[in-house]
Amino acid sequence: MKKELTRSQYLDLYYYMRLNRGVEDMMVKLFRQNKIVGGLYSSLGQEAISVGTAYALEKKDWLAPMIRNIGALLVKGVPPRDIFMQHMAKYDSPTKGKDGTSHFGDLDNLHIVSPISMLGDLIPVMTGVSIAGRYLGQKIVAMTWIGDGGSSTGVFHEGLNFAAAQKAPFVLILENNLWAYSTPVRKQVPLVNLADRAKAYGIDSYIVDGNDVVAVYTTAKEAVVRARAGEGPILIEAKTFRRMGHAQHDPAEYVPKEMRAYWEARDPIALYEKFLTNERLLDTESKNQIEEKINTLLAREREFAENSPMPPPELAETGVYCTGDDCHKIRAKWERPIAEVTPPRSTVEAVWTVPGFGSGKGSGGASAPIHFGDTQPAKHAAGNEANSANGGKSAAKITAKAAPKKTMKATAANASRKARR
Amino acid sequence: MAKTNGTGTNGGAPNETQITFLEAIKQAMFEEMERDPAVILLGQDVGVYGGAFKTSEGLLERFGWERVLDTPISESAIIGAACGMSYLGLRPIAEMQFIDFIVCAFNQITNFVAKGHYLWNAPAPMVIRGPSGGGVHGGPFHSANPEMYFVHTPGLKVIYPSTPYDAKGLLKAAVRDNNPVLFFEHKFLYRRIKGEVPAGDYTVPIGKAVVRREGKHLTILSYAAMMHTSLEAAEALAKEGIEAEVIDLRTLLPLDEETILTSVKKTNKCLVVHEDTKTGGIAGEIAAILCEKAFDDLDGPLMRVTSLDTPVPYAPTLEEHFLPSAKKVFAAAKELARY
Repeated sequence: MKKELTRSQYLDLYYYMRLNRGVEDMMVKLFRQNKIVGGLYSSLGQEAISVGTAYALEKKDWLAPMIRNIGALLVKGVPPRDIFMQHMAKYDSPTKGKDGTSHFGDLDNLHIVSPISMLGDLIPVMTGVSIAGRYLGQKIVAMTWIGDGGSSTGVFHEGLNFAAAQKAPFVLILENNLWAYSTPVRKQVPLVNLADRAKAYGIDSYIVDGNDVVAVYTTAKEAVVRARAGEGPILIEAKTFRRMGHAQHDPAEYVPKEMRAYWEARDPIALYEKFLTNERLLDTESKNQIEEKINTLLAREREFAENSPMPPPELAETGVYCTGDDCHKIRAKWERPIAEVTPPRSTVEAVWTVPGFGSGKGSGGASAPIHFGDTQPAKHAAGNEANSANGGKSAAKITAKAAPKKTMKATAANASRKARR
Repeated sequence: MAKTNGTGTNGGAPNETQITFLEAIKQAMFEEMERDPAVILLGQDVGVYGGAFKTSEGLLERFGWERVLDTPISESAIIGAACGMSYLGLRPIAEMQFIDFIVCAFNQITNFVAKGHYLWNAPAPMVIRGPSGGGVHGGPFHSANPEMYFVHTPGLKVIYPSTPYDAKGLLKAAVRDNNPVLFFEHKFLYRRIKGEVPAGDYTVPIGKAVVRREGKHLTILSYAAMMHTSLEAAEALAKEGIEAEVIDLRTLLPLDEETILTSVKKTNKCLVVHEDTKTGGIAGEIAAILCEKAFDDLDGPLMRVTSLDTPVPYAPTLEEHFLPSAKKVFAAAKELARY
């Protein structure tokens, strides 16, 4: 760990990791007391990832957690009581008992999209969030997480490819905890580094030690800055280990003892405490203060959650549809002139100009010298191309007339490689 | 096939024009995008090419690259991204090049898009639309009527219009609705059906059926292309003295029970005609509703004329045998009228 943050940033990271663990420890107690209605999923040993990545976001940014990203929710501003009540299916929970765990969101204030249990679906959804944010001029970044297991779903690939094609301001954290339920990552994916998946989409990726919160944060921060600057989506693989079973019911006896011992010795909070102590950022007194603050908060939050009633049965019948303005006033928040996206300024010529692939207007049926990159163009075609809209320039760039350049670069690189073959 | 004017028009007044079903779709999208910059279109080949059926021709030229997005062949990404866009207040229209491919995004629609409002109070104002239906020799993967997969999904609305007037008015209503709306466009009707639409802005309410032809001897419930088949059969029945009341369901979810029950309580007999396959089709649901709410009013069994319980076959002889026809509707109606 290198020292490059302010003291209060260092202590924030520490506070949120401790809070993350404190919330989950308390939920284990609630689970054992039969106060949690469904399953309980642990992020023990993975707190540095949830906290370090979410801490890199600004308030206006959007995130969508996975089930083990309680820490990200806390950083974004969700009070612990909401997390307790979600698990306890209480009426005052964000979903009023209609769903559990981290399955809740907040469109208006915190900018959180709720996950569903089907893995990978958040990737295209958050891609859409990031494209919409760009369209509205909001300069936001969207972030979500996926596990090593979820990275084999179809939507992971569909979503990441679309994000790449659109150069969307989107950051995807691939939390490689080595296990998808009982199946080790080596049996799921024939790759050493899951970050290599990024290569398929022509996007940049990072690999980071997921148990080093400072490394996680600085890497995520760089990715967020780059994505916001228009460099396109970025994939970060955070290497870590799932210390508990898939959920509370699973003793995870399939995990080799040596593997568990190795990672238990690398507990992210213990490592960070050591770093903070060595750097004189944390002493016994301030550590005690933080612990006291968390204990007081959690006791209060737990009491509130326990006192919340179960939802009334009839609630089950309500809320399938939005009934209109009385229910939700849906208004896009424009932070750019609307004139930019309305005629006449939005008006373009619908023409693709693709050096090496000829050019053509699909809808008008204009004839165009089309050839494919791996065959030599016919002579007359090459001649025509020299007179075409792109003036016969080399295949180094593809431009679509009047298209925003940034959305086209990724395609350009791929196509031009093909053309040179 | 009988030509119909859309109900709600004033029968061809000078300020109205005859347009095709396809033109109605195009006009609806154009006018909604013109009206509201939050409306955008995404799908495969919807931009430069103008859509496989040219329903979006000219939209890119007018509204530009940020509002008309050519996407990769990734139905889940198209619908997932549209959902994400809707969370920021946009009103995306996601096109499925052929509606058959909508099932590639089944999980995204039924688990993500449809459940958001109920579970976490997140409305997803988006439209998923595309060409559906058979009769054009599209074969088993370009002729589907997958509406009932989605009618079984609380949180969605499902529209399947039969006239240019309704297509335009309902698509506009769908874009303005705060819920995810699935909008099926029967491709057999695209260029074969023309109808009047008014010059100005109008919408047709979602969830309302309409009586296309009044009658007293039996009720025929139908929608989409089979609406026209049913009207053709009704003409033939009239020549034999059987007056069928023909109702266009227009919206399948939510279903307009009131209009259905009012008609059946008058005629006491009900025939459902749909191009969807028989098992699990809307006719079964309507039969259950009538049993629950109009059992004493029925003078005969609910009858249904539907496609066969098979995939849509390719050869014209096979497809013709597979699909309902005016002849089959006529025969079933005559049998029902005897009760």
